[in-house]
Amino acid sequence: MPEEKALEIKDLHKSFKSGLLGKKINVLKGISLEVKKGEIFGYLGPNGAGKTTTLKCILGLLFPDRGTINILGSDHLSIKSKEKTGFLPENPYFYDYLTASEFLNFYSQLFHKQKTEDINKLLELVGLKKHSHTQLRKFSKGMLQRIALAQALLNDPELVLLDEPLGGLDPIGRKEIRDIILSLKERGKTVFLSSHILQDIEMICDRVAILVNGSLANQGRLDELVSQEILFTEITVSKISRKELEKFGKTLTYFGNKSFMKIYDQDKVDEILQLVKEKNGTIHSLVPRTQTLEDIFVGMVKKK
Amino acid sequence: MKIRAVALNTFKEAIRDRILYLLLFFAVVSLVLSRLLSLLTVGDKIKIIMDAGLSSISIFGVLMAILMGTGLVYKEIDKKTVYTLLSKPINRNQFILGKFLGLIITLFIMLAVMTAIFIIIILLHSGTISWKLFVSLGFIFLELCLITSVALLFSCFSTPILSSIFSLSFYLIGHLSWGMETLIKKITPGISKILTQVVYTLLPDLENFNFKTEVVHNLPIPPKVFLFSLFYGITYTFFILMLSMLVFRKRDFI
Ligand SMILES: Nc1ncnc2c1ncn2[C@@H]1O[C@H](COP(=O)(O)OP(=O)(O)OP(=O)(O)O)[C@@H](O)[C@H]1O
Ligand SMILES: [Mg+2]
Repeated sequence: MPEEKALEIKDLHKSFKSGLLGKKINVLKGISLEVKKGEIFGYLGPNGAGKTTTLKCILGLLFPDRGTINILGSDHLSIKSKEKTGFLPENPYFYDYLTASEFLNFYSQLFHKQKTEDINKLLELVGLKKHSHTQLRKFSKGMLQRIALAQALLNDPELVLLDEPLGGLDPIGRKEIRDIILSLKERGKTVFLSSHILQDIEMICDRVAILVNGSLANQGRLDELVSQEILFTEITVSKISRKELEKFGKTLTYFGNKSFMKIYDQDKVDEILQLVKEKNGTIHSLVPRTQTLEDIFVGMVKKK
Repeated sequence: MKIRAVALNTFKEAIRDRILYLLLFFAVVSLVLSRLLSLLTVGDKIKIIMDAGLSSISIFGVLMAILMGTGLVYKEIDKKTVYTLLSKPINRNQFILGKFLGLIITLFIMLAVMTAIFIIIILLHSGTISWKLFVSLGFIFLELCLITSVALLFSCFSTPILSSIFSLSFYLIGHLSWGMETLIKKITPGISKILTQVVYTLLPDLENFNFKTEVVHNLPIPPKVFLFSLFYGITYTFFILMLSMLVFRKRDFI
Protein backbone atom coordinates (compact mmCIF):
# COMPACT_ATOMS: atom_id res chain seq x y z
CA MET A 1 0.00 0.00 0.00
CA PRO A 2 1.48 3.34 -0.98
CA GLU A 3 1.99 5.80 1.78
CA GLU A 4 -0.68 8.47 1.69
CA LYS A 5 0.30 12.01 0.90
CA ALA A 6 -1.00 14.99 2.78
CA LEU A 7 0.49 17.49 0.38
CA GLU A 8 1.97 17.08 -3.04
CA ILE A 9 3.53 19.91 -5.02
CA LYS A 10 4.69 19.33 -8.58
CA ASP A 11 6.87 21.67 -10.59
CA LEU A 12 5.63 24.88 -9.00
CA HIS A 13 6.64 28.10 -10.74
CA LYS A 14 5.71 31.62 -9.70
CA SER A 15 6.92 34.96 -10.95
CA PHE A 16 6.03 38.52 -10.11
CA LYS A 17 5.90 41.45 -12.47
CA SER A 18 7.63 44.44 -11.05
CA GLY A 19 7.45 48.04 -12.09
CA LEU A 20 5.68 49.56 -15.04
CA LEU A 21 7.88 47.82 -17.56
CA GLY A 22 6.73 44.51 -16.18
CA LYS A 23 10.13 43.00 -15.63
CA LYS A 24 9.57 39.44 -14.49
CA ILE A 25 11.11 38.21 -11.26
CA ASN A 26 11.13 34.46 -10.94
CA VAL A 27 10.53 33.67 -7.30
CA LEU A 28 9.75 29.96 -7.45
CA LYS A 29 11.60 27.99 -10.07
CA GLY A 30 10.12 24.53 -10.16
CA ILE A 31 9.41 23.24 -6.67
CA SER A 32 8.38 19.62 -6.23
CA LEU A 33 7.85 18.05 -2.87
CA GLU A 34 5.71 15.58 -1.01
CA VAL A 35 4.58 15.63 2.57
CA LYS A 36 3.45 12.33 4.00
CA LYS A 37 0.51 11.99 6.32
CA GLY A 38 1.38 12.30 9.97
CA GLU A 39 4.79 13.91 9.68
CA ILE A 40 6.15 17.29 10.60
CA PHE A 41 7.76 18.73 7.53
CA GLY A 42 10.17 21.64 7.82
CA TYR A 43 10.41 24.11 4.97
CA LEU A 44 13.69 25.86 5.43
CA GLY A 45 15.25 28.75 3.64
CA PRO A 46 16.99 32.08 4.12
CA ASN A 47 15.02 35.35 3.99
CA GLY A 48 13.51 35.92 0.59
CA ALA A 49 13.93 32.33 -0.56
CA GLY A 50 10.25 32.02 -1.42
CA LYS A 51 8.78 30.17 1.56
CA THR A 52 5.84 32.50 2.05
CA THR A 53 5.24 32.57 -1.69
CA THR A 54 5.02 28.78 -1.73
CA LEU A 55 2.55 28.77 1.15
CA LYS A 56 0.40 31.42 -0.50
CA CYS A 57 0.31 29.31 -3.66
CA ILE A 58 -0.75 26.27 -1.66
CA LEU A 59 -3.61 28.26 -0.13
CA GLY A 60 -4.78 29.75 -3.40
CA LEU A 61 -3.89 33.30 -2.39
CA LEU A 62 -1.47 33.45 -5.29
CA PHE A 63 -1.96 31.76 -8.62
CA PRO A 64 1.14 29.88 -9.78
CA ASP A 65 2.40 30.25 -13.34
CA ARG A 66 2.80 26.54 -13.65
CA GLY A 67 2.56 23.39 -11.55
CA THR A 68 -0.02 21.46 -9.57
CA ILE A 69 -0.77 21.30 -5.89
CA ASN A 70 -2.71 18.55 -4.20
CA ILE A 71 -3.98 18.53 -0.64
CA LEU A 72 -5.10 15.19 0.81
CA GLY A 73 -5.99 13.95 -2.63
CA SER A 74 -8.04 16.94 -3.78
CA ASP A 75 -7.08 20.01 -5.74
CA HIS A 76 -5.76 22.71 -3.42
CA LEU A 77 -8.42 25.23 -4.46
CA SER A 78 -11.33 22.95 -3.68
CA ILE A 79 -13.58 23.66 -0.74
CA LYS A 80 -13.08 20.05 0.29
CA SER A 81 -9.35 20.50 0.78
CA LYS A 82 -9.84 23.78 2.61
CA GLU A 83 -12.21 22.13 5.08
CA LYS A 84 -9.28 19.97 6.15
CA THR A 85 -6.57 22.61 6.18
CA GLY A 86 -5.46 25.18 8.72
CA PHE A 87 -3.16 28.11 7.99
CA LEU A 88 -1.13 30.47 10.11
CA PRO A 89 0.33 33.36 8.09
CA GLU A 90 3.56 35.16 8.93
CA ASN A 91 3.13 38.33 10.96
CA PRO A 92 -0.56 37.65 11.42
CA TYR A 93 -3.00 40.50 11.74
CA PHE A 94 -6.73 40.31 12.29
CA TYR A 95 -9.89 42.39 12.64
CA ASP A 96 -8.71 44.50 15.53
CA TYR A 97 -12.18 45.53 16.69
CA LEU A 98 -13.17 41.97 17.55
CA THR A 99 -12.38 40.24 20.81
CA ALA A 100 -10.49 36.97 20.72
CA SER A 101 -13.61 34.86 21.15
CA GLU A 102 -15.73 36.95 18.77
CA PHE A 103 -13.01 36.52 16.18
CA LEU A 104 -12.81 32.74 16.55
CA ASN A 105 -16.56 32.57 16.53
CA PHE A 106 -16.70 34.48 13.23
CA TYR A 107 -14.14 32.19 11.58
CA SER A 108 -15.78 29.02 12.84
CA GLN A 109 -18.89 29.98 10.89
CA LEU A 110 -16.93 29.71 7.67
CA PHE A 111 -16.70 25.95 7.97
CA HIS A 112 -19.39 23.77 6.63
CA LYS A 113 -19.23 21.10 9.23
CA GLN A 114 -20.43 21.98 12.66
CA LYS A 115 -17.66 19.93 14.12
CA THR A 116 -15.51 22.94 14.85
CA GLU A 117 -13.42 22.92 17.98
CA ASP A 118 -14.64 24.39 21.21
CA ILE A 119 -13.48 28.00 21.23
CA ASN A 120 -12.76 28.13 24.93
CA LYS A 121 -10.66 25.00 24.73
CA LEU A 122 -8.68 26.43 21.85
CA LEU A 123 -8.06 29.67 23.71
CA GLU A 124 -6.84 27.66 26.64
CA LEU A 125 -4.59 25.56 24.42
CA VAL A 126 -2.81 28.61 23.07
CA GLY A 127 -2.69 30.27 26.47
CA LEU A 128 -5.11 33.12 25.84
CA LYS A 129 -7.92 32.08 28.11
CA LYS A 130 -7.82 35.20 30.23
CA HIS A 131 -7.83 37.36 27.13
CA SER A 132 -10.89 35.88 25.48
CA HIS A 133 -12.76 39.18 25.89
CA THR A 134 -9.86 41.43 24.96
CA GLN A 135 -10.02 43.27 21.65
CA LEU A 136 -7.39 42.09 19.21
CA ARG A 137 -6.10 45.66 18.85
CA LYS A 138 -4.75 45.34 22.36
CA PHE A 139 -2.85 42.14 21.60
CA SER A 140 0.94 42.00 21.61
CA LYS A 141 2.84 40.40 18.77
CA GLY A 142 3.20 37.12 20.62
CA MET A 143 -0.47 37.09 21.54
CA LEU A 144 -1.41 37.67 17.89
CA GLN A 145 0.79 34.73 16.97
CA ARG A 146 -1.12 32.60 19.48
CA ILE A 147 -4.56 33.65 18.31
CA ALA A 148 -3.39 33.01 14.77
CA LEU A 149 -2.50 29.47 15.75
CA ALA A 150 -5.89 29.08 17.40
CA GLN A 151 -7.72 30.12 14.22
CA ALA A 152 -5.58 27.70 12.23
CA LEU A 153 -6.78 24.85 14.44
CA LEU A 154 -10.47 25.82 14.49
CA ASN A 155 -11.58 23.06 12.15
CA ASP A 156 -9.42 20.34 13.73
CA PRO A 157 -7.47 20.23 10.44
CA GLU A 158 -5.72 17.22 8.96
CA LEU A 159 -3.03 19.40 7.44
CA VAL A 160 -1.69 22.43 9.26
CA LEU A 161 0.36 24.96 7.30
CA LEU A 162 2.41 27.27 9.46
CA ASP A 163 4.47 30.20 8.21
CA GLU A 164 7.10 31.07 10.83
CA PRO A 165 4.97 29.74 13.70
CA LEU A 166 7.52 30.69 16.33
CA GLY A 167 8.10 34.23 15.12
CA GLY A 168 7.63 36.95 17.71
CA LEU A 169 7.49 34.58 20.65
CA ASP A 170 9.57 34.56 23.81
CA PRO A 171 11.47 31.39 24.83
CA ILE A 172 8.59 30.09 26.92
CA GLY A 173 6.14 30.83 24.14
CA ARG A 174 8.36 29.04 21.65
CA LYS A 175 8.41 25.98 23.80
CA GLU A 176 4.65 26.03 24.29
CA ILE A 177 3.96 26.34 20.59
CA ARG A 178 6.51 23.62 19.80
CA ASP A 179 4.71 21.37 22.23
CA ILE A 180 1.38 22.11 20.54
CA ILE A 181 2.91 21.24 17.17
CA LEU A 182 4.26 17.99 18.56
CA SER A 183 0.89 17.16 20.09
CA LEU A 184 -0.70 17.67 16.67
CA LYS A 185 1.63 15.04 15.31
CA GLU A 186 0.70 12.70 18.15
CA ARG A 187 -2.92 13.06 17.12
CA GLY A 188 -2.01 11.99 13.60
CA LYS A 189 -2.08 15.43 12.00
CA THR A 190 0.33 16.55 9.34
CA VAL A 191 2.28 19.74 9.89
CA PHE A 192 4.08 21.75 7.22
CA LEU A 193 6.04 24.60 8.72
CA SER A 194 8.35 27.18 7.28
CA SER A 195 11.16 28.74 9.21
CA HIS A 196 14.62 30.14 8.93
CA ILE A 197 15.42 29.22 12.47
CA LEU A 198 17.26 25.94 12.27
CA GLN A 199 17.05 25.06 15.93
CA ASP A 200 13.27 24.95 15.85
CA ILE A 201 13.22 22.75 12.81
CA GLU A 202 15.92 20.47 14.12
CA MET A 203 14.01 19.94 17.31
CA ILE A 204 10.66 18.91 15.88
CA CYS A 205 10.77 18.06 12.20
CA ASP A 206 10.86 14.59 10.70
CA ARG A 207 11.78 15.70 7.24
CA VAL A 208 12.97 18.95 5.79
CA ALA A 209 13.34 20.65 2.44
CA ILE A 210 15.85 23.42 2.00
CA LEU A 211 14.80 26.21 -0.32
CA VAL A 212 17.43 28.53 -1.69
CA ASN A 213 16.65 31.22 -4.21
CA GLY A 214 13.42 29.64 -5.34
CA SER A 215 14.57 26.10 -5.90
CA LEU A 216 14.98 23.17 -3.57
CA ALA A 217 18.60 22.55 -2.69
CA ASN A 218 17.96 19.42 -0.72
CA GLN A 219 15.23 17.44 0.95
CA GLY A 220 14.94 14.34 3.01
CA ARG A 221 14.84 12.88 6.48
CA LEU A 222 16.66 14.99 8.98
CA ASP A 223 18.83 12.09 10.10
CA GLU A 224 19.75 11.31 6.50
CA LEU A 225 20.59 14.87 5.60
CA VAL A 226 22.66 15.35 8.68
CA SER A 227 25.28 12.60 8.68
CA GLN A 228 26.07 11.08 12.05
CA GLU A 229 29.76 10.99 11.20
CA ILE A 230 31.99 12.73 13.70
CA LEU A 231 33.54 15.82 12.19
CA PHE A 232 35.92 16.62 15.02
CA THR A 233 36.29 16.25 18.75
CA GLU A 234 36.66 19.06 21.24
CA ILE A 235 38.78 18.22 24.26
CA THR A 236 39.60 20.28 27.34
CA VAL A 237 42.42 19.02 29.55
CA SER A 238 44.68 20.37 32.31
CA LYS A 239 47.95 19.42 34.00
CA ILE A 240 49.54 18.50 30.68
CA SER A 241 52.36 20.67 29.33
CA ARG A 242 51.67 22.64 26.23
CA LYS A 243 54.62 21.26 24.47
CA GLU A 244 53.27 17.77 24.64
CA LEU A 245 49.89 18.84 23.37
CA GLU A 246 51.28 20.78 20.44
CA LYS A 247 52.17 17.67 18.51
CA PHE A 248 48.47 16.81 18.18
CA GLY A 249 47.58 19.91 16.29
CA LYS A 250 47.78 23.65 16.22
CA THR A 251 44.20 24.43 17.17
CA LEU A 252 45.01 25.17 20.75
CA THR A 253 43.69 27.79 23.10
CA TYR A 254 44.54 28.24 26.70
CA PHE A 255 42.53 29.73 29.46
CA GLY A 256 43.92 29.52 32.95
CA ASN A 257 45.53 26.17 33.41
CA LYS A 258 43.19 24.48 30.93
CA SER A 259 43.95 23.72 27.31
CA PHE A 260 41.27 23.45 24.70
CA MET A 261 41.73 21.78 21.31
CA LYS A 262 39.90 20.60 18.26
CA ILE A 263 41.00 17.21 16.97
CA TYR A 264 40.00 16.13 13.49
CA ASP A 265 41.68 12.73 13.54
CA GLN A 266 39.85 10.13 15.60
CA ASP A 267 43.06 8.10 16.27
CA LYS A 268 44.69 11.12 17.84
CA VAL A 269 41.85 11.38 20.33
CA ASP A 270 42.80 7.97 21.69
CA GLU A 271 46.44 9.01 21.84
CA ILE A 272 45.58 12.08 23.87
CA LEU A 273 43.49 10.03 26.28
CA GLN A 274 46.44 7.69 26.66
CA LEU A 275 48.77 10.61 27.32
CA VAL A 276 46.49 12.15 29.92
CA LYS A 277 46.27 8.84 31.71
CA GLU A 278 50.06 8.42 31.75
CA LYS A 279 50.77 11.96 32.96
CA ASN A 280 47.97 11.96 35.54
CA GLY A 281 46.27 14.86 33.81
CA THR A 282 42.58 15.76 34.05
CA ILE A 283 39.99 15.69 31.29
CA HIS A 284 37.36 18.39 31.73
CA SER A 285 35.35 17.71 28.63
CA LEU A 286 35.34 15.61 25.52
CA VAL A 287 32.71 16.46 22.94
CA PRO A 288 32.45 14.71 19.57
CA ARG A 289 30.87 17.08 17.06
CA THR A 290 28.61 15.70 14.35
CA GLN A 291 27.31 17.69 11.42
CA THR A 292 24.39 20.01 12.22
CA LEU A 293 21.61 21.25 10.03
CA GLU A 294 23.31 24.61 10.23
CA ASP A 295 26.43 23.23 8.52
CA ILE A 296 24.30 21.89 5.69
CA PHE A 297 22.23 25.03 5.47
CA VAL A 298 25.20 27.38 5.35
CA GLY A 299 26.86 25.08 2.83
CA MET A 300 23.82 25.11 0.55
CA VAL A 301 23.29 28.83 0.70
CA LYS A 302 26.97 29.50 -0.02
CA LYS A 303 27.03 27.11 -2.96
CA LYS A 304 24.14 28.92 -4.61
CA MET B 1 -24.32 30.95 6.20
CA LYS B 2 -20.75 31.83 5.21
CA ILE B 3 -21.98 34.89 3.37
CA ARG B 4 -23.94 35.89 6.44
CA ALA B 5 -20.86 35.57 8.65
CA VAL B 6 -18.83 37.84 6.39
CA ALA B 7 -21.73 40.28 6.05
CA LEU B 8 -22.20 40.51 9.80
CA ASN B 9 -18.52 41.10 10.36
CA THR B 10 -18.51 43.79 7.68
CA PHE B 11 -21.50 45.40 9.33
CA LYS B 12 -19.76 45.30 12.72
CA GLU B 13 -16.76 47.02 11.24
CA ALA B 14 -18.82 49.58 9.33
CA ILE B 15 -20.87 50.76 12.28
CA ARG B 16 -17.64 51.45 14.14
CA ASP B 17 -16.48 53.81 11.43
CA ARG B 18 -16.52 57.46 12.49
CA ILE B 19 -17.04 58.66 8.90
CA LEU B 20 -20.50 57.14 9.03
CA TYR B 21 -21.54 59.21 12.02
CA LEU B 22 -19.95 62.32 10.67
CA LEU B 23 -21.99 61.99 7.48
CA LEU B 24 -25.10 61.15 9.46
CA PHE B 25 -24.57 64.29 11.51
CA PHE B 26 -24.27 66.44 8.40
CA ALA B 27 -27.33 64.79 6.92
CA VAL B 28 -29.34 65.71 9.99
CA VAL B 29 -28.00 69.27 9.92
CA SER B 30 -28.98 69.48 6.30
CA LEU B 31 -32.49 68.16 6.99
CA VAL B 32 -32.99 70.71 9.72
CA LEU B 33 -31.65 73.44 7.45
CA SER B 34 -34.17 72.57 4.79
CA ARG B 35 -36.87 73.22 7.35
CA LEU B 36 -35.38 76.61 8.16
CA LEU B 37 -34.95 77.38 4.48
CA SER B 38 -38.64 76.78 3.92
CA LEU B 39 -39.45 79.57 6.39
CA LEU B 40 -37.77 82.11 4.15
CA THR B 41 -39.72 81.24 1.07
CA VAL B 42 -43.13 82.20 -0.02
CA GLY B 43 -45.39 79.56 -1.43
CA ASP B 44 -45.72 75.92 -0.58
CA LYS B 45 -43.29 75.37 2.26
CA ILE B 46 -43.83 71.63 2.43
CA LYS B 47 -42.58 71.29 -1.13
CA ILE B 48 -39.28 72.90 -0.21
CA ILE B 49 -38.94 70.65 2.84
CA MET B 50 -39.63 67.57 0.76
CA ASP B 51 -37.38 68.54 -2.09
CA ALA B 52 -34.39 69.59 -0.01
CA GLY B 53 -34.90 66.74 2.43
CA LEU B 54 -34.94 63.97 -0.16
CA SER B 55 -31.91 65.48 -1.84
CA SER B 56 -29.99 65.55 1.44
CA ILE B 57 -30.84 61.95 2.21
CA SER B 58 -29.79 60.88 -1.26
CA ILE B 59 -26.51 62.79 -1.31
CA PHE B 60 -25.36 61.80 2.16
CA GLY B 61 -26.40 58.21 1.52
CA VAL B 62 -24.32 58.18 -1.63
CA LEU B 63 -21.34 59.66 0.21
CA MET B 64 -21.64 56.92 2.83
CA ALA B 65 -21.84 54.25 0.16
CA ILE B 66 -18.78 55.57 -1.66
CA LEU B 67 -16.56 56.37 1.30
CA MET B 68 -17.28 53.07 3.04
CA GLY B 69 -17.62 50.93 -0.07
CA THR B 70 -14.26 51.83 -1.54
CA GLY B 71 -12.51 50.53 1.58
CA LEU B 72 -14.47 47.31 1.72
CA VAL B 73 -12.14 44.93 -0.08
CA TYR B 74 -9.08 47.16 -0.10
CA LYS B 75 -8.82 47.17 3.69
CA GLU B 76 -9.02 43.39 3.90
CA ILE B 77 -6.15 43.07 1.45
CA ASP B 78 -4.15 45.92 2.91
CA LYS B 79 -4.43 44.61 6.45
CA LYS B 80 -3.87 41.05 5.25
CA THR B 81 -6.99 39.75 6.96
CA VAL B 82 -7.90 38.29 3.60
CA TYR B 83 -5.05 35.75 3.89
CA THR B 84 -6.67 33.77 6.65
CA LEU B 85 -10.24 34.50 5.62
CA LEU B 86 -9.81 33.13 2.10
CA SER B 87 -7.80 30.15 3.28
CA LYS B 88 -10.99 29.01 4.96
CA PRO B 89 -13.53 27.04 2.91
CA ILE B 90 -15.24 30.09 1.48
CA ASN B 91 -15.01 30.97 -2.16
CA ARG B 92 -14.18 34.40 -3.42
CA ASN B 93 -17.68 35.07 -4.73
CA GLN B 94 -19.15 34.42 -1.32
CA PHE B 95 -16.63 36.81 0.14
CA ILE B 96 -17.59 39.58 -2.30
CA LEU B 97 -21.30 39.03 -1.68
CA GLY B 98 -20.76 39.06 2.07
CA LYS B 99 -18.86 42.34 1.91
CA PHE B 100 -21.58 43.84 -0.29
CA LEU B 101 -24.46 42.75 1.91
CA GLY B 102 -22.66 43.90 5.06
CA LEU B 103 -22.49 47.44 3.77
CA ILE B 104 -26.03 47.29 2.40
CA ILE B 105 -27.33 46.43 5.87
CA THR B 106 -25.40 49.37 7.28
CA LEU B 107 -26.73 51.75 4.64
CA PHE B 108 -30.26 50.50 5.17
CA ILE B 109 -30.05 51.35 8.85
CA MET B 110 -28.57 54.77 8.15
CA LEU B 111 -31.30 55.44 5.61
CA ALA B 112 -33.90 54.39 8.16
CA VAL B 113 -32.47 56.82 10.73
CA MET B 114 -32.44 59.70 8.25
CA THR B 115 -35.96 58.84 7.11
CA ALA B 116 -37.23 58.85 10.68
CA ILE B 117 -35.83 62.30 11.28
CA PHE B 118 -37.18 63.49 7.95
CA ILE B 119 -40.66 62.23 8.73
CA ILE B 120 -40.63 63.90 12.11
CA ILE B 121 -39.75 67.18 10.46
CA ILE B 122 -42.57 66.79 7.94
CA LEU B 123 -45.09 65.89 10.61
CA LEU B 124 -44.02 68.83 12.74
CA HIS B 125 -44.94 71.00 9.82
CA SER B 126 -48.32 69.28 9.87
CA GLY B 127 -47.71 67.86 6.47
CA THR B 128 -49.14 64.51 5.56
CA ILE B 129 -47.02 61.58 4.54
CA SER B 130 -47.86 60.15 1.16
CA TRP B 131 -46.98 56.59 0.14
CA LYS B 132 -45.11 58.14 -2.77
CA LEU B 133 -42.51 59.36 -0.30
CA PHE B 134 -41.65 55.75 0.43
CA VAL B 135 -41.44 54.91 -3.25
CA SER B 136 -38.97 57.73 -3.64
CA LEU B 137 -36.97 56.58 -0.60
CA GLY B 138 -37.05 53.02 -1.90
CA PHE B 139 -35.43 54.13 -5.11
CA ILE B 140 -32.83 56.13 -3.22
CA PHE B 141 -31.99 52.85 -1.50
CA LEU B 142 -31.80 51.03 -4.82
CA GLU B 143 -29.46 53.71 -6.08
CA LEU B 144 -27.31 53.24 -2.97
CA CYS B 145 -27.12 49.52 -3.74
CA LEU B 146 -25.89 50.28 -7.23
CA ILE B 147 -23.35 52.86 -6.02
CA THR B 148 -22.12 50.40 -3.38
CA SER B 149 -21.56 47.73 -6.00
CA VAL B 150 -19.63 50.23 -8.12
CA ALA B 151 -17.49 51.30 -5.15
CA LEU B 152 -16.89 47.63 -4.36
CA LEU B 153 -15.83 46.92 -7.93
CA PHE B 154 -13.21 49.67 -7.86
CA SER B 155 -12.17 48.63 -4.39
CA CYS B 156 -11.19 45.22 -5.80
CA PHE B 157 -8.28 46.66 -7.72
CA SER B 158 -7.48 50.16 -6.61
CA THR B 159 -6.86 52.34 -3.58
CA PRO B 160 -9.72 53.98 -1.68
CA ILE B 161 -8.88 57.48 -2.92
CA LEU B 162 -8.84 56.49 -6.57
CA SER B 163 -11.91 54.32 -6.13
CA SER B 164 -13.75 57.21 -4.50
CA ILE B 165 -12.94 59.46 -7.44
CA PHE B 166 -14.10 56.80 -9.90
CA SER B 167 -17.30 56.10 -8.00
CA LEU B 168 -18.10 59.77 -7.59
CA SER B 169 -17.60 60.25 -11.33
CA PHE B 170 -19.94 57.35 -11.96
CA TYR B 171 -22.52 59.04 -9.77
CA LEU B 172 -22.17 62.45 -11.43
CA ILE B 173 -22.16 61.07 -14.96
CA GLY B 174 -25.14 58.94 -14.03
CA HIS B 175 -27.14 62.01 -13.08
CA LEU B 176 -26.17 64.03 -16.12
CA SER B 177 -26.44 61.41 -18.82
CA TRP B 178 -30.21 61.85 -19.22
CA GLY B 179 -29.43 65.03 -21.16
CA MET B 180 -28.16 62.83 -23.95
CA GLU B 181 -31.65 61.43 -24.45
CA THR B 182 -32.87 64.83 -25.53
CA LEU B 183 -29.78 65.25 -27.63
CA ILE B 184 -30.46 62.01 -29.50
CA LYS B 185 -33.92 63.22 -30.45
CA LYS B 186 -32.43 66.31 -32.05
CA ILE B 187 -29.69 64.61 -34.03
CA THR B 188 -30.58 63.67 -37.59
CA PRO B 189 -30.47 59.92 -38.21
CA GLY B 190 -27.03 58.67 -39.18
CA ILE B 191 -23.83 57.38 -37.75
CA SER B 192 -23.56 60.09 -35.11
CA LYS B 193 -27.04 59.33 -33.86
CA ILE B 194 -26.22 55.66 -33.50
CA LEU B 195 -22.96 56.44 -31.70
CA THR B 196 -24.66 58.79 -29.27
CA GLN B 197 -27.30 56.14 -28.68
CA VAL B 198 -24.60 53.54 -27.90
CA VAL B 199 -22.78 55.85 -25.50
CA TYR B 200 -26.05 56.72 -23.78
CA THR B 201 -26.94 53.07 -23.34
CA LEU B 202 -23.55 52.26 -21.88
CA LEU B 203 -23.53 55.18 -19.47
CA PRO B 204 -25.48 54.76 -16.28
CA ASP B 205 -28.68 56.77 -16.05
CA LEU B 206 -29.30 57.32 -12.38
CA GLU B 207 -32.13 59.75 -13.02
CA ASN B 208 -34.20 56.59 -13.40
CA PHE B 209 -34.16 56.44 -9.60
CA ASN B 210 -35.26 60.01 -9.12
CA PHE B 211 -38.89 60.18 -8.05
CA LYS B 212 -38.56 63.43 -6.19
CA THR B 213 -40.73 65.47 -8.55
CA GLU B 214 -43.52 62.95 -8.33
CA VAL B 215 -43.48 63.16 -4.53
CA VAL B 216 -43.07 66.91 -4.23
CA HIS B 217 -45.73 67.83 -6.78
CA ASN B 218 -47.87 64.80 -6.09
CA LEU B 219 -47.78 63.58 -9.67
CA PRO B 220 -48.83 60.06 -10.62
CA ILE B 221 -46.14 57.40 -10.92
CA PRO B 222 -46.87 55.32 -14.03
CA PRO B 223 -46.48 51.60 -13.27
CA LYS B 224 -44.39 51.21 -16.42
CA VAL B 225 -41.83 53.75 -15.22
CA PHE B 226 -41.82 52.24 -11.76
CA LEU B 227 -41.21 48.73 -13.04
CA PHE B 228 -38.58 49.85 -15.53
CA SER B 229 -36.61 51.69 -12.83
CA LEU B 230 -36.83 48.70 -10.52
CA PHE B 231 -35.64 46.37 -13.25
CA TYR B 232 -32.89 48.77 -14.29
CA GLY B 233 -31.54 49.13 -10.74
CA ILE B 234 -31.57 45.44 -9.93
CA THR B 235 -30.02 44.33 -13.22
CA TYR B 236 -27.35 47.01 -13.15
CA THR B 237 -26.35 46.19 -9.57
CA PHE B 238 -26.30 42.50 -10.38
CA PHE B 239 -24.14 43.12 -13.43
CA ILE B 240 -21.60 45.22 -11.51
CA LEU B 241 -21.46 42.60 -8.75
CA MET B 242 -20.74 39.91 -11.34
CA LEU B 243 -17.99 42.11 -12.75
CA SER B 244 -16.45 42.52 -9.26
CA MET B 245 -16.44 38.77 -8.80
CA LEU B 246 -14.78 38.33 -12.15
CA VAL B 247 -12.09 40.88 -11.31
CA PHE B 248 -11.57 39.33 -7.90
CA ARG B 249 -11.52 35.73 -9.04
CA LYS B 250 -7.97 35.65 -10.37
CA ARG B 251 -6.45 38.30 -8.19
CA ASP B 252 -3.11 37.58 -6.50
CA PHE B 253 -2.79 38.68 -2.88
CA ILE B 254 0.73 39.94 -2.55
N1 LIG C 1 4.68 41.09 -4.86
C1 LIG C 1 5.96 40.86 -5.11
N2 LIG C 1 6.56 41.47 -6.14
C2 LIG C 1 7.85 41.25 -6.41
N3 LIG C 1 8.62 40.42 -5.71
C3 LIG C 1 8.08 39.79 -4.67
C4 LIG C 1 6.73 39.96 -4.31
N4 LIG C 1 6.46 39.20 -3.23
C5 LIG C 1 7.60 38.58 -2.93
N5 LIG C 1 8.58 38.92 -3.79
C6 LIG C 1 9.95 38.43 -3.77
O1 LIG C 1 9.92 37.04 -3.71
C7 LIG C 1 10.97 36.56 -2.92
C8 LIG C 1 10.44 35.54 -1.95
O2 LIG C 1 9.61 36.15 -1.02
P1 LIG C 1 8.98 35.34 0.19
O3 LIG C 1 8.15 36.29 0.98
O4 LIG C 1 8.32 34.13 -0.35
O5 LIG C 1 10.27 34.92 1.01
P2 LIG C 1 10.37 34.08 2.36
O6 LIG C 1 11.14 32.86 2.06
O7 LIG C 1 9.05 33.91 2.98
O8 LIG C 1 11.27 35.03 3.26
P3 LIG C 1 11.21 35.37 4.82
O9 LIG C 1 11.99 34.34 5.53
O10 LIG C 1 11.87 36.71 4.91
O11 LIG C 1 9.78 35.42 5.23
C9 LIG C 1 11.63 37.75 -2.29
O12 LIG C 1 12.86 37.98 -2.95
C10 LIG C 1 10.69 38.88 -2.54
O13 LIG C 1 11.40 40.06 -2.79
MG1 LIG D 1 8.19 34.50 4.66
